[in-house]
Amino acid sequence: MLQYAKNLLFDPIQALGRYSQLLFKAFGAVPEFNTYRKNLWEQMIHVGIDSMPIVMLAAAFSGAVTTVQTSYQLVSPLIPKSIIGSIVVPSMVLELGAVVTGFILAGRVGARIAAELGTMRVTEQIDALEAMGLNSIGYLIVPRVLAGIVMFPVLYVAACFVGIGGGMLVGHFGGFVPMGVFVDGAREFFQPFDPIFGLIKCLVFGFIITSVSCFKGYYTRGGAEGVGKATTEAAVASCVLLLFADLILAATLL
Amino acid sequence: MISVQNLYKSFGGKSVLNGIDLEIMEGETLAIIGRSGSGKSVLMKHIIGLLQPDSGKITVDGTDINSVSYADLRRIRQNFGVLFQGGALFDSMSSFDNVAFPLRTFTTMSEKEIENVVLGCLNMVELPGVGTKMPAELSGGMQKRVALARAVALKPRYILYDEPTSGLDPETSNTIDELIQNLADQLNVTSIVVTHDMHSVLNIADKAALVHEGRIHWAGTIDELHRSDDQILRSFVKANEYLIGK
Repeated sequence: MLQYAKNLLFDPIQALGRYSQLLFKAFGAVPEFNTYRKNLWEQMIHVGIDSMPIVMLAAAFSGAVTTVQTSYQLVSPLIPKSIIGSIVVPSMVLELGAVVTGFILAGRVGARIAAELGTMRVTEQIDALEAMGLNSIGYLIVPRVLAGIVMFPVLYVAACFVGIGGGMLVGHFGGFVPMGVFVDGAREFFQPFDPIFGLIKCLVFGFIITSVSCFKGYYTRGGAEGVGKATTEAAVASCVLLLFADLILAATLL
Repeated sequence: MISVQNLYKSFGGKSVLNGIDLEIMEGETLAIIGRSGSGKSVLMKHIIGLLQPDSGKITVDGTDINSVSYADLRRIRQNFGVLFQGGALFDSMSSFDNVAFPLRTFTTMSEKEIENVVLGCLNMVELPGVGTKMPAELSGGMQKRVALARAVALKPRYILYDEPTSGLDPETSNTIDELIQNLADQLNVTSIVVTHDMHSVLNIADKAALVHEGRIHWAGTIDELHRSDDQILRSFVKANEYLIGK
């Protein structure tokens, strides 16, 4: 019981220390561009291009559902229909575009990164890289984290366009709000800082998802069970940290 | 020359190495023998700096590898080739790319030159036609041979073998032993072979060192091993003779 309490208290502190150490080493390896140049391009494709279809699908449905639900909640002769555009667009730009993309990447990319690195760890492939004289953190972790930071905003922009477009089309063809009225509503309350805030969130989310997943995978212990555990923990920890980061950013920047 | 002095290492309070002292001279093949779990692989990982000792010193050509910077340690490691127990081939790359990886990473050779070296290495391990195959398509023995080709691609001065014949059938084991011996003869490399396979030891090693209870319990030449009446060594050798049916 005492040991359990001790573990509960000290394990997260220990993990935070190791995570910080790993990040410190990764930052130190950033200037060694030749080590990860080729890998960076591959990771950008895995993180960004390969995730694009599922992100766009989820964003389109998020936008559409937000339109339908907003019109359902605000049906009143006293409220103009343009309010739907005023709510759907900021919802996508400020919150849904980044968070939906974040959750998808945590599941899709985070789990993949942890599984990949975890398998490399337990089959001694990471030891083999180190034994050759290569900086394994520079080779494996830096390109994945950079790819996350670079590609997340790209996915976010695509998610916002598709989400808003989806909402607008469903509003128009579903008879909830004509397209022109939707656009008028969107313009009326548009704040130029909103997309900037969304992009800042994306940089933070991209960093959290990839770095946490790399950490979980890189320090995997045990065989197949260890890889499975690391993969689950990477996805769960990324999602939880993403929620905290979302709240902290909203509270500090808005 | 590699020298290990008074090396201690424990994991989670469990002591694994309790004061290892060992010297490996230039050009010789040393077999580190001992029961499973005796700390042989841990010792090997210390020699290349993959594990940090609790105390003690490891020097490679006079340089203490635990007191140098990470950049210097990486330069020292480039003198080593390592054959890991499971091969540790990169499973996202073909056999050819695995062998070419260190050449592409650490040399300025053209692709044509790299191709020549890779094909030469694959020929040397008697697997000339497997370049396009992925590691998952190869048998355990073939994976180890490709891993051996990768380990020697940069013509290292030292080669470390971690259980090179474990899990292989006797015929493939003999092939691996012959390859290790040929490499030692042709490239004049210093080899450290971690194994519990006495058949391999007698085939390939100049010297042997028995790890027992975290220390080097016995060390000597193969002739001395034959003549030794040390009880623990004899018991280890006898168990192996029984296993290989002598």
